[in-house]
Amino acid sequence: MSFEILTFSFMHRALISGVAIAILCSVVGLFLVLRRYSLFGDAIAHSSFGGIALGLLAGVYPLWTAYAVSIASALIITKIKDRYNISGDASIAVLLSSGIAVGLVIIGLSGGFTIDIFSFLFGSILLVSVDDTVLVLTLTGAILIVILLFYRQLLYSTFNEEQAKVSGIPVEKINYLIVFMAGITVVTSIQLVGVLLISALFVIPNVTAIMYGKGFKQTAIISMSFSVFSVVSGILISYIFDITPAGTIVLVAIGLLAGTMGIKSAGLLSKN
Amino acid sequence: MLKVVEINNLTVQYPDVKALDNVSLVVNQGDFLGIIGPNGAGKSTLFASMLGLNTKYKGTIKFFDEDIKKSKNYLKELGYVPQKPIFEKNFPVTVTDVVRMGLRKESDENKIDEVLQQLWIHELRERRIGELSGGQQQRVFIAKALVNNPKILILDEPVTGIDQQSIDLFYSILRELNFKQKITIIWSSHDLDAVNKLANHVACLNRTLFFHGESEKFFSDDDLVKQYSEASMQEHMHHH
Repeated sequence: MSFEILTFSFMHRALISGVAIAILCSVVGLFLVLRRYSLFGDAIAHSSFGGIALGLLAGVYPLWTAYAVSIASALIITKIKDRYNISGDASIAVLLSSGIAVGLVIIGLSGGFTIDIFSFLFGSILLVSVDDTVLVLTLTGAILIVILLFYRQLLYSTFNEEQAKVSGIPVEKINYLIVFMAGITVVTSIQLVGVLLISALFVIPNVTAIMYGKGFKQTAIISMSFSVFSVVSGILISYIFDITPAGTIVLVAIGLLAGTMGIKSAGLLSKN
Repeated sequence: MLKVVEINNLTVQYPDVKALDNVSLVVNQGDFLGIIGPNGAGKSTLFASMLGLNTKYKGTIKFFDEDIKKSKNYLKELGYVPQKPIFEKNFPVTVTDVVRMGLRKESDENKIDEVLQQLWIHELRERRIGELSGGQQQRVFIAKALVNNPKILILDEPVTGIDQQSIDLFYSILRELNFKQKITIIWSSHDLDAVNKLANHVACLNRTLFFHGESEKFFSDDDLVKQYSEASMQEHMHHH
């Protein structure tokens, strides 16, 4: 085994966008996990499947239609949930299944374009272009800036909505902001792990980090580190052994979680 | 005397029950008002309306002579301690993180240390909130409410499920806040003895307001106290 693989430009692009996506998913995911919205990422990803199918059918770059459909359906489902008082998990189920249903019908109507669809379902990080990488970096930077600007509002309304309201925080607007950022993050991350495994990147590094971190910033930094480690080692391992990157990344993340649980059961971590 | 709160003919109608019926109440600056009443008397509804969490009411609520439906400025002068703060048990925030959430201006960072010391929780500042006892958590939430130097503190029955030592400490902190720092306190409680010792005004609520005045007047009137105790007892029996 040599370090030759690190000289390939496709590998540079994969690693750069992979690291950016890892950071993005772990930060946005931390808010979702703490809001008991862990599967929301999954639901948006499934609705993006409908958007991708729509793009392929219409001959538009599928990620653009995926962005539009995912963000729109995430905001609409949030509105419906509030208006009709549907519980969080049920609204996620509605969003998840309607995205897949729309996708399947469109694929059926078009007579099928199975090959393209596969790269979106399972990710294709080694195929990212320079344009894709620039887009990933731009969106990651933009979302991180928004999170820093609204840090107190985001944290406070996640911690306790009622108290945040009394402190004058526009909780509903902040909820929509989180949903909007989650929509962008999911579609941006599809290239890395695909529609089917996206919620793994949202959830697993955060569940692991919560067992270590005391404060919020510390937990976020630990989660980012686990996430970046999983993505980088996942991409490299998968290339060396010629296996699927998406599956390998998620398995590394699960390995870190399992290891942490082991350390915790052995009594080496404080009980939180 | 400066009026801090003025409530006029407040009525809240829920689909099956009238939670508050024509309640009028004035709280002056420096008052320490104890609101007492049995479970379901409408105390939480009254607070939710005052805090802007319930907007479906008839009548008016004014803070500092401004209708709260017209301006939310009063929230800047107000600290609120909920009955039992609900949060995920393993939510990764330290005591300092929680108090900082209450802080409106980041420039006031050293105010955090000040309130932590004042409430005897400075040594807990790096601990995760979920690891603390009920009494310690309660003091963290009081610290969060105090970090902006509020003029009014609203506390919703904040001693449920807390040990006696912490309750005593909590009461002495309240007394100091009202007496030394001249913070107006509005406090709902089941503990009649504590209200007698601490509050200088009492409001007796059971959907309607059936007494509001100086604490001494209430507690020297045996009929009133008896009436309250019976209502409270009936409610207590009803709940068991």
